[in-house]
Amino acid sequence: MAALGILDSANLNGGQKLAVKYFTVAIALFAAQVLFGLLAGLQYLYPDFLYGVLDFSVNRMLHINAMVVWLLFGFIGAVYWLLEDESGVPVVGLALGNLIFWVFTLAVVAVVLVYLLVQVGPGELKSIWLINEGREYIEAPRWADIGIVVCVLVFFYNVAATFMKGRFTGIGGVLVLDLVALAGLYTAGMWYTPNISMDQHWWWWVIHLWVEATWEVLVGCLLAYGLIKTMGVRRKIVETWLYIEVALLFGSGILGLGHHYFWIGTPEYWLAIGGFFSALEPIPLVAMVVHAVFDAGHHKLKSTNNPALAWMIAQAFGNFFGAGVWGFMHTLPQINLYTHGTQWTASHGHLAFFGAYATIVIAFVYLAVQKWRGNVWMSGELVGGWKWKWALFLLHVGMLGMTMALLVAGYEQSQIERAIEGSGWMGYFAGQAHPWFQQGMVWRMISGWTFAAGFVLLAWDLMTIGKRESRPARSVEMREAPAMA
Amino acid sequence: MSQTQTLWWASESFWKKMAIWITAASAVVLIFLTFDTVAKITAGGKRVPAYSVINHRIDYVFDEKRNHQVPVIGPVEPLFGKVLSEAEAKDLVSKGKLTTQAKNCMNCHTLLGNGAYFAPDLTKSWLDPAWGSKEVREQLMVDFLMDPSDKLHNALGRRMPKLGITEEEARATVAFLKWMSAIDTNGFPANFKPIDQADAAPETAPPPVESAPVPAL
Repeated sequence: MAALGILDSANLNGGQKLAVKYFTVAIALFAAQVLFGLLAGLQYLYPDFLYGVLDFSVNRMLHINAMVVWLLFGFIGAVYWLLEDESGVPVVGLALGNLIFWVFTLAVVAVVLVYLLVQVGPGELKSIWLINEGREYIEAPRWADIGIVVCVLVFFYNVAATFMKGRFTGIGGVLVLDLVALAGLYTAGMWYTPNISMDQHWWWWVIHLWVEATWEVLVGCLLAYGLIKTMGVRRKIVETWLYIEVALLFGSGILGLGHHYFWIGTPEYWLAIGGFFSALEPIPLVAMVVHAVFDAGHHKLKSTNNPALAWMIAQAFGNFFGAGVWGFMHTLPQINLYTHGTQWTASHGHLAFFGAYATIVIAFVYLAVQKWRGNVWMSGELVGGWKWKWALFLLHVGMLGMTMALLVAGYEQSQIERAIEGSGWMGYFAGQAHPWFQQGMVWRMISGWTFAAGFVLLAWDLMTIGKRESRPARSVEMREAPAMA
Repeated sequence: MSQTQTLWWASESFWKKMAIWITAASAVVLIFLTFDTVAKITAGGKRVPAYSVINHRIDYVFDEKRNHQVPVIGPVEPLFGKVLSEAEAKDLVSKGKLTTQAKNCMNCHTLLGNGAYFAPDLTKSWLDPAWGSKEVREQLMVDFLMDPSDKLHNALGRRMPKLGITEEEARATVAFLKWMSAIDTNGFPANFKPIDQADAAPETAPPPVESAPVPAL
């Protein structure tokens, strides 16, 4: 055991050594997300900025793809992080897992370079195979799709085989079943059709059933583990909540898919089904808030890792407001007719992805750096503890600022462009030129810079937190060992 | 919460069963609906028309019964003056769709309302009055797609970049956009005022001079 406060991989188990590699790439991609987001935001204010060099479409694609991939890397890292701890045995097939990490990372680098340097191709299938699929969120070319499936299958093998060899906890069981769905769903978005209604129909199977179903369950598992680790919450309570969350998340989220089927050519019955089930989607998120806040209060906020706990509480609220409230606000077809395809969606997207997903990955990275430094003290009166608090504060102020600014712009678009001007191109530009919209873009930019400042501080903190700490971590009472399921 | 006996509705085993049954039931309903939906959105049906619909006039007209606008397929009005067979039309629309993907249209525009919000929605772009008149629309669209950089866009200074779209790709893209405008989208976009496509009476004067030669967006 190395001295406290020194980064030393001897402090980590095999799965965790792999996890910190994933986390490192995740944070680098988080930086890329912020950078390209700033560039795209600037182009709303200065349309000639980088015109013809890095057009809005490229920046926006990189902004969103960097996010999808950094969150995936973060999730994979988080699962490797808890794997040996939960299962009680070393990761099965770890060497293969390590190899796949490098394959995955190199593939991501290659895709990003092609996005930046090649950008677009001729209107042929080979462009879709080699350059860019041109389908929002899953733009990665087809060769990379196949690579992603292979990587995820190896990851799945690591996880499933390790739990099967060791013990299958409740968290482990939910996780394995969720990963089956997660990997399987991706293939729904991997084929070409000239029929755009059919295309978007299956495309939503990937996007919605990932983001609003399987990802939510995955973070439910991560949150459950995190609460046990940081506060010693009883496993029986955590796992009961996890089952409640799964029932409610899948019960509302699977048919909630229908809220993407209002206007793409799909039948009218989706208006009722999608409206009804997506209106239920906030319910499990309320359950997650109650669960996290109740547990934190019950344990009097005494945790082994205050930054991680703070980010988990942020996750509970961010998920509820970003995904739940902001989603519900425009999910019923009667309002969605006017908000679909406006900045309203961007407002929801920003707060939801940050609140539900970025937060939990950040919490796990804090868990990781703590143990990486020899399980140092990360509770109250931390040396240099202002940094994580200010990072958390600035990131939230920036995110809420962007969310509100985009929401104002979205309201304005719904009213001016859609309701009054009748949704044509003239109406679109009348809406875009309106002072309320323009002011929204300015405030989004100011908030974006605030967020970026918070990110820089976060990155600095993750590299330095616990460095000068000589106290060992606070121990919390673990009341029971994981039960066999 | 002092009792040691957990109530049945708060027990782990109850919720584990609930999680499994609710998930399975939702998935079964979704799969059942998916079969129906896929059948109904296959090209050639009532909601998503055959590709050869591009041989016809496509309008977007208020329907009293459904209480929103619906696409209406009108008389023969072939694209670029040429009537295509279903197979030829499919190839052309497909080429256009591939072009929209390869040129990453969706990361500025929305199609069927999905995509990015930096540029206008393309769902009904074929019917947009900004093209001026239905006679010049096809060629204006092709010219615009091939090099938008020097064309008039809007007062904001936001411009579409030149994406290396060939004439063949531009024509195919127009075909794809025309076909897309015929999809029944349950009234999205609402309140849309389509370009005037009525047949001009013989004595009617040519379009007014102030109609811009390029899309006056």
